[in-house]
Amino acid sequence: MLTTKQVEEIAHTARLALREGEAKEFTRQLNQVLEKAQILQQLKTEGLAPTINPLPLTNVLRRDKVTGSLPRDLALANAPDHYGGCFRVPRIIE
Amino acid sequence: MQDWETVIGLEVHVALLTKSKLFCGCSTEYGAAPNSQTCPVCLGHPGGLPVLNEQALEYAIKAGLALNCRINYSCKFDRKQYFYPDMAKNYQISQDDQPLCSQGYVDLDVEGERKRIRINRAHLEEDAGKLTHEGDLVGAPSSLVDSNRCGVPLLEIVTEPDISSPAEARLFLNKLWNIIRYTGVSDCKMEEGSMRCDANISLRPRGSQGLGTKTELKNLNSFRAVERGLAFEAERQARLLAAGERVLQETRLWDVEAGVTRGMRSKEGAHDYRYFPEPNLPPLSLDAAWLERVSQTMPELPAAREERFIRELGLSPYDAEVLVAAREVADYFEEVLQHFSGAKAAANWVMGELLGRLKKDGLEIADCPVSPQHLANLLALQEKGQISSKMAKGVFEEMFNTGKDPKAIVKEKGLVQITDVDALKAVVDKVLSANPQSVEDYKGGKDRAFGFLVGQVMKETRGRANPQLVTKLLKERL
Repeated sequence: MLTTKQVEEIAHTARLALREGEAKEFTRQLNQVLEKAQILQQLKTEGLAPTINPLPLTNVLRRDKVTGSLPRDLALANAPDHYGGCFRVPRIIE
Repeated sequence: MQDWETVIGLEVHVALLTKSKLFCGCSTEYGAAPNSQTCPVCLGHPGGLPVLNEQALEYAIKAGLALNCRINYSCKFDRKQYFYPDMAKNYQISQDDQPLCSQGYVDLDVEGERKRIRINRAHLEEDAGKLTHEGDLVGAPSSLVDSNRCGVPLLEIVTEPDISSPAEARLFLNKLWNIIRYTGVSDCKMEEGSMRCDANISLRPRGSQGLGTKTELKNLNSFRAVERGLAFEAERQARLLAAGERVLQETRLWDVEAGVTRGMRSKEGAHDYRYFPEPNLPPLSLDAAWLERVSQTMPELPAAREERFIRELGLSPYDAEVLVAAREVADYFEEVLQHFSGAKAAANWVMGELLGRLKKDGLEIADCPVSPQHLANLLALQEKGQISSKMAKGVFEEMFNTGKDPKAIVKEKGLVQITDVDALKAVVDKVLSANPQSVEDYKGGKDRAFGFLVGQVMKETRGRANPQLVTKLLKERL
């Protein structure tokens, strides 16, 4: 079973800002999900390969061909800030 | 330091020479204007679907085979999650528990002994973007992101901790550089970042088995930086341990100017990257036919070429090693041999005059003004005795400066060696009659006088006389 502290840690790792009381609420909900998952754990899976992808596909490949890029204005259009053709972000050195 | 054994493992990234990125059709061209080579896939826009570049996969297999790796028929891609502005989608597509290549090795020649450095794995992943800072690093109000490099295909090669000294690390890196360049899958330019190296280093008491606490070194931007950074770090750790202190597990940056490593951020256990299979990329299923197809494109690798140079061309192991140490040099040498059959003479010229002259001007062999065909012509002129070895050096200098065919230079300058006996006899007689004292000295037992007379004949013919013939004629006359 998950503890509220673990949920808060997961939220931090995923950079999710939880509101007051949400950690408790999500702990309860996530534990419900885990309880259901316990049922699946009872299945015998020895000797079965894990399913990596549910689609019946392998080796989806493309030729090494340059097909063009976005015009730079468009690439930068949704950025909160940009400068000299670059995305501008809060400084990363602490 | 003598109480401790150094244990080093390297992580080397090489950028694969595809035209387009690993998962999208953006160009990989180096040096383009910032953010001019991006699209919804490499910028991580919602809905962008990655599709694997077939050429990148084949290049990775090729490199894996060249590094004696096992190529895993079943493999997949994973998301490695981290938050850093060099990657807009907040995860890097990499390979976690099923890498494409594993269990390889590179053999080194360490002080005459063969030493095997095991390769743990080599896997495909996408590169991240480039960050720069406005103003100086510490005072910068913000950082700037260029995403052109996002999604460029990388092969990450991870060694086992089998390397025992900074010098050995450099040797390994050199060898790896050479092998990868032979395969042609990467140009491995450390200065352009198409080859990058991080190093893990720890010390343990000499003779013991386990591993000490390691630090990870970054910012090693050249072969020399790898060796110097590791040497500094080994000394630093030894001092700490000798003083009874602990080595802190952390990432440290090599400061090339100051010649020291500095702690960057402490690593409390492993990062939580929360790897999980990339749902947008179906797994790979390779087979023997795939490998066979890639093997067909494999050129002769350095070790095999070195062996062939010794066995078939009769070169010394040293010469063979020097020639194969860079693919372009060995290619040049072999092209000379297409037009001239004296392997030993060609090897001497390529390793001596040619490489020396290039070095003097700071040129690479790719920019060499002397073509292999022209060098072969020069060697042929010398072999046939049309020019002496001393004259050949002069002609070579002229070839280097003008790019001309040696035959043309020799003709223009009237540089043909005098091998006509009668013509030389006349010169010899003239020299003898002009230097009666030297003739006396020689007859009186002074051998040095003979050398003087040879010199006078050479001077008289402006260096064009065949030296063997001059010696023979002088001896006859005296």
